[in-house]
Amino acid sequence: MGLIDPDLIRIEGLSVAFGGVPALLGIDLSVATGETLGLVGESGCGKSVTWLAALGLLPGSAAVSGSVRLDGQELVGAPVSVLERMRGGRVAMIFQDPASALNPVHRIGRQVGEAVSLHRGLSGAAARAETRRLLDEVGIPDAGGRMAAYPHEMSGGQNQRVMIAMALAGRPELLVADEPTTALDVTIQAQILDLLRRLRREHGMALVLISHDLGVVGEMCERVCVMYAGRIVEEARTEALFEAPLHPYTRGLAGALPPISGPRRRLTAIPGRVPEPWAMPPGCAFAPRCPERIEACDAAVPALRGNALRGDAPQGDARRVACIRAAA
Amino acid sequence: MIRFVAIRVARACLTILLVVTFAFVVLRLSGDPALLIMSPDAPAEAIAAFRHAYGLDRPIWQQYLHYFGAIMHGDLGQSMRDGRPALSLVAERIPATLVLTVTALVLKVGIGIPAGIFAALHRRGWIDRAVMALATAGFTVPSFVLGLVLVLVFSVQLRWLPSGGQESWRSVILPVITLGAGGAAILARFTRSAMLEVLGQPYIRAASAKGLPWGAVVRRHALPNAAIPTVTIVGFMVGSLIAGAVVVESVFSWPGVGRLLVIAVSNRDLAVVQTILLLVASTMVMSNLVVDLLYGVLDPRLRAVHK
Ligand SMILES: Nc1ncnc2c1ncn2[C@@H]1O[C@H](COP(=O)(O)OP(=O)(O)OP(=O)(O)O)[C@@H](O)[C@H]1O
Ligand SMILES: [Mg+2]
Repeated sequence: MGLIDPDLIRIEGLSVAFGGVPALLGIDLSVATGETLGLVGESGCGKSVTWLAALGLLPGSAAVSGSVRLDGQELVGAPVSVLERMRGGRVAMIFQDPASALNPVHRIGRQVGEAVSLHRGLSGAAARAETRRLLDEVGIPDAGGRMAAYPHEMSGGQNQRVMIAMALAGRPELLVADEPTTALDVTIQAQILDLLRRLRREHGMALVLISHDLGVVGEMCERVCVMYAGRIVEEARTEALFEAPLHPYTRGLAGALPPISGPRRRLTAIPGRVPEPWAMPPGCAFAPRCPERIEACDAAVPALRGNALRGDAPQGDARRVACIRAAA
Repeated sequence: MIRFVAIRVARACLTILLVVTFAFVVLRLSGDPALLIMSPDAPAEAIAAFRHAYGLDRPIWQQYLHYFGAIMHGDLGQSMRDGRPALSLVAERIPATLVLTVTALVLKVGIGIPAGIFAALHRRGWIDRAVMALATAGFTVPSFVLGLVLVLVFSVQLRWLPSGGQESWRSVILPVITLGAGGAAILARFTRSAMLEVLGQPYIRAASAKGLPWGAVVRRHALPNAAIPTVTIVGFMVGSLIAGAVVVESVFSWPGVGRLLVIAVSNRDLAVVQTILLLVASTMVMSNLVVDLLYGVLDPRLRAVHK
């Protein structure tokens, strides 16, 4: 702090445990103003928990430690009022299943309007007009008419657009999109990603895109963090990552990608399963599945080495990897 | 919507018809009222005359048709005890019962629902534990046991409250507590689990994520959703406003419908029993109907199905 920090949000040593079972084991991660960061990894590796912890949205049963700073202000352990102002205002989040992320008993106009009056202090006709404009902006046809619709009367893609409109209501500097297209058909997926790309450009917001799909992240993001079993195992600029993935896990993910022209599918090709949090191997968590494992892999957890994205390193060089066999 | 209501109303009428028929058949088959009401050593001619007067000497299907025709004209028959119309005999007992059951319902809803909400919001805290322990006790203890214990403590030992009768408002207190405790316990548990279910839904997290203060998340997003299942239970309770106090009225010798039912059953006073059962079935069916309609108001997803 004090020095000029190019980062909008900086996460350091973020750890989360649920009832003593660790889910996140010290995450270091930062997002610069206006940047797009992808977060990939198999199910359960802690992608969602990272951002839920950052926004203070985990249940009380979660033990969170480490630091999350937004423009230098610490969010871990911050007063509720600080968190509430930040949520939806500076950092907005959208979720995987839009149908269940919207309240089934309220009209969508009311739900978006709620965010509008919360963050913009508008009410009555002005709030309704702004709600309508937002729905229009995210491409809901007949926005005025659809305000009276309930979530169950809309398609999955439309509901995700509504969620995005709600997220835009507070004019956030960062939008965290947690698998925003996983629950949608392929064609709708592409439309939502296009929408996110356009909005990001027009609003200059930073975007964190969480995904199972390295392909989606590769298309959308400037920089990628690969997570495995509660840790970041590789971080690189997107081109560098695709050109030369350093971590065997990243190579596994990339190897599982279908040809560019083919249909997109889930990452399933790495043999074996993610170890359970209570049965972590003593060394590298990926070692039991790793085709390049050597004896030393089981000795200790490999550190994430390399030049992290710091103010003193040119962004193009940012590259970190947690593998004793990779020279970062 | 109209079709939906019409179907529900038709089904409600059918339910009442079934209850009435079932009660009619069971009551006629399970004993001869003439022998009970007349003294056992009454002359055979007197018993035969009694049977004839109430139509008991006719085949059961004729009795049923006759009974049914009379109901359609609003005639529910006469008490075999004192010959008064069964309906007015029952009707004059209703206010006393409602005093108990409606007050108890207010108690159930007023304590059970807030306690359940509170427990859910403080899940696993000491408040939650205390509420759940009380609630478990509340519905494990049978109401006649609770009633007797209350009488022992507050009437017999402490002499604070009357143990029966209907002299002043103070007579209402013990029966109402006895009647309300179990329901409040059930509602507390049910509301708690409905709330916990709703609080775990993604839209609650999403509402927090947009920056709403927790209180507003609970009020605007959790409660309206948790209300949907809770309404069912309250509906059941409303449905038992007439019949729900049989035990408690007996324990506290409260002159309501429940006690009349006990007396009428033991006397085989057929018309009175049938009238009470008809009334009970009607309130239950009516409250079910209201619950169904209320669902549509509370849950837009159902409204769409019914259109
Ligand atoms: N509320 C919770 N209570 C207990 N454990 C939890 C909770 N939320 C998450 N976890 C655990 O934390 C770990 C990380 O979960 P997280 O949801 O972050 O995974 P993810 O990478 O987002 O996976 P997915 O791709 O399936 O969304 C998992 O093992 C999960 O079981
Ligand atoms: Mg997730």
